[in-house]
Amino acid sequence: MNYVGASIKRKEDDRLLRGSGRFVGDVKRPGMLHAAILRSSWPHGKLKRIDTEQARKCPGVVAIVTFADLGNVKPIPMRLAPRDDLIRALQKPLASDRVRYVGEPLAVVIAESRYQAEDALELIEVEIDELEAVVDARRAVEQGAPILHSAVPDNIAGHFVEKTGDVERALAGADIVLEEEFYIQRHSGVPLETRGLVAEYDEGQRLLTIWGATKVVHFNRAVLAGLLDMPPSQIRMIELENGGGYGIRGEFYPEDFLIPFIARSLRRPICWIEDRNEHLKSANHSREQWHKVRLGANKDGRIVAFDDVFLNVMGGYIRTHGSTVPTMTAAYLPGPYKWDNYRCDANCVLVNKTPAGTYRGPGRFGAAFVRERLMDMVAHKLGLDPGEVRLKNFIPTELMPYNTGTTAFGKPTIYDSADFHKQFHLALEKFNYYELQKQCEADRRAGRAIGIGFGCFVEKSGLGPWEYARVEIDRSGEVIVFTGAADLGQGIETVLSQVVADALPVDIERVRVVHGDTAQIPFGGGSYASRGTVVACNSAVVAAGEVRKKLLQLAAIALQADEKDLAIEKSCVMKKNTGASVSFSDLAKLADPATALPLGIKPGISGEGFFNPEHMVYPYGVHMALVEVDQETGFLTIHKYQIAYDIGRAINPMLVDGQLVGGMAQGLGGAMLEEFAYDGEGQLLSGSFMDYLLPSSMEVPPIDVVLTEDAPSPLNPLGVKGAGEGGTVGVGAALANAVCNALGGKVEIKRLPLTPERVREAVRAAQAAAGE
Amino acid sequence: MNKRKVRLEINGIQYEGEAEPRRLLSDFIREDLGLHGTHVGCEHGVCGACTIQWDGKAVRSCLALAVQANGARLRTVEGLAPNQDDLHPIQQAFTEMHALQCGFCTPGILMTAQALLRDNPQPSEAEIRDGLSGNLCRCTGYQNIVKAVLLAAEKLAQK
Repeated sequence: MNYVGASIKRKEDDRLLRGSGRFVGDVKRPGMLHAAILRSSWPHGKLKRIDTEQARKCPGVVAIVTFADLGNVKPIPMRLAPRDDLIRALQKPLASDRVRYVGEPLAVVIAESRYQAEDALELIEVEIDELEAVVDARRAVEQGAPILHSAVPDNIAGHFVEKTGDVERALAGADIVLEEEFYIQRHSGVPLETRGLVAEYDEGQRLLTIWGATKVVHFNRAVLAGLLDMPPSQIRMIELENGGGYGIRGEFYPEDFLIPFIARSLRRPICWIEDRNEHLKSANHSREQWHKVRLGANKDGRIVAFDDVFLNVMGGYIRTHGSTVPTMTAAYLPGPYKWDNYRCDANCVLVNKTPAGTYRGPGRFGAAFVRERLMDMVAHKLGLDPGEVRLKNFIPTELMPYNTGTTAFGKPTIYDSADFHKQFHLALEKFNYYELQKQCEADRRAGRAIGIGFGCFVEKSGLGPWEYARVEIDRSGEVIVFTGAADLGQGIETVLSQVVADALPVDIERVRVVHGDTAQIPFGGGSYASRGTVVACNSAVVAAGEVRKKLLQLAAIALQADEKDLAIEKSCVMKKNTGASVSFSDLAKLADPATALPLGIKPGISGEGFFNPEHMVYPYGVHMALVEVDQETGFLTIHKYQIAYDIGRAINPMLVDGQLVGGMAQGLGGAMLEEFAYDGEGQLLSGSFMDYLLPSSMEVPPIDVVLTEDAPSPLNPLGVKGAGEGGTVGVGAALANAVCNALGGKVEIKRLPLTPERVREAVRAAQAAAGE
Repeated sequence: MNKRKVRLEINGIQYEGEAEPRRLLSDFIREDLGLHGTHVGCEHGVCGACTIQWDGKAVRSCLALAVQANGARLRTVEGLAPNQDDLHPIQQAFTEMHALQCGFCTPGILMTAQALLRDNPQPSEAEIRDGLSGNLCRCTGYQNIVKAVLLAAEKLAQK
């Protein structure tokens, strides 16, 4: 083992640093046309008429497509966590007779240039009979609220309950009961590169090629094949570089049907690159939830009952993620704690907003905010230290593997390995918690508003089912790894190269990774849910094992030796006793059909592998923040931020660190800045980067990462767990708790984001409480 | 709309093209001249992905029109590395510090960083954070970018 465990520099960097990485906006095809999409400005209404006559006369316009041109198109199916009840509110690629959110696609203009297509958009006349919109999910579930889909008369598209033990009985027996409401605002991944696609139909070959697909290209190919009524083998999806995924990119959106469909009917390549305003109102939103919790605890701080009813605010339609977000909220709300009596009532509520999907840490960012705020509220109520309350409730290590009693995706939640107490103590020590807390108390007595907050969490990763890999060696001795995983900036090429370079072994410079091309890779699960490293690397190890067998078989012939007398060294196979060796390159030449067939050997050096995990693997961690509140302005200064994270085993610690720190920045956006705000009528108010605020270098503080490998997963040979989301999920919790601590525990924040206005309100409330 | 002739210099090479007066400089550079390294993230001057250098100053190419750049001397990310084998010291620092993930914002950040280091060869961490505040990165959390610019300053000082 040379490469696994080392902070190897990334293979991806050189091309990206030179500006020669190829993104979808860089694809040029001969005769390529450009698409622009007309979107609804109305949050809710009956679509009466779309008049395209004037627009068609615009220079450069080639076609304008409305619902009537799509034929009998089916709605876009769910990919993850599908539920029968949710089918009632799926989205078709274009609005037919109703619009349900601002941003819903109404028509597509195809022109010689994007400028011309946008000119024509302005001349399309749309007649809509406006209907009353419902934007507040609490109102949407009331009697008499406007109904979005007649098949869903209560606006609850899906409903389910997770439960363990007997919550009511435990609440009745608890020393204290808290009843609280929480709100997590609507925000999302917002990658720096907007979405985009280029589609081209080769009439002679009857082959439809799509550039710009990503994340789950094989799944999306199957969906597109179904919607277009084409064999999947006649569709080729090609992943390029892409400017950030975070859960939202690569899902099957209306445009993923429209652009290929139009390219096929016009027999011309078509390019669609979303603009930023379009992105903010049409790509998946996420996160918005209303929680109503009853919590029972004993005087010593033990939580004995937790009952949550929450509204997961879906938007105007159900998209590909189905019930993924509420499913994970309900499954993972207990986090690292042993809650024997738990009930969670999940409701997928339709409102006139952009449809929602997953965003980095789906379900867990909000769950951690609710859970960790409540842990502090229990501490405040009982006069205990928030750290002590957590230590009292952690699941003991000796109970691992631990079944929480909840389910997700049809499987029980079984934590594979963890030592929460050990990690928490380490986090306290590294943060210098007790010392700093004392200092904060003194500072608060002196009038400063400064405090520390925790955000503990358990992450899930390595979501199955299977992943595929193929490893080949070409005549020059170059090793090519074909993977079904996708590259979303996380460095999958680098970690796969590390794993395969060790497994063969071979110099890492000789390994090249191919991903995201359905013509070169027969199967692929894709990259989501922090699964890439877990499933792709383990499948590559299997494939590399097959290649080793083939190398030995060939070398036995080349060296006239018995396989058991051979050893595979770097890029060659050696006869142990004589030291005679033959290179991978020479063995690949021997495997040429011309020489291999006469020897009765299957030509080529190639091995395939699958990894098919039964259960997910669960990394875990603790966020800690030292925050000071400006009591005049409500401005927050983060003096210190630390993430303790147990990864099981790090293939590349530098990349794990990068994931955690970068994830934290996104969590900070969700905790302090980002919100898709709507007015009461359903108009989106944050449609630009002037209103939807991403964290800049001025907002994100230095972050200390305490990475441990205390709990390798017993569920895969490499022992790895995922790294993608743990940096994000604890931020809202830690920062909100720190603010409350800074205000002396006299006020409890129950809403994100922590905008200066909201923090200022909290300061006033704390001052009022202190005065009483 | 009538097209106007646009002549300009990018990375020391003369280019000539035609553009409608409304055509964005970013589109002209990318689509008409085929220099795809400059990326477009918002088209309203906030994200900084399209940052190039104009007479040595970092500017957003989505906020300028191609016709305004007639006669200008520009630099884009493609002009940074000295050759196909070697990277510029700033680029080297970025890979050593893991200062990029998806890489979409990277060209704009490199151009900003180079201009910043030219004006202030030994910036403090606070000055770097301030200097980069107009370039959004959604992947890295900036920490490693700041470290990379500090390292780049060291590398450039040694040259």
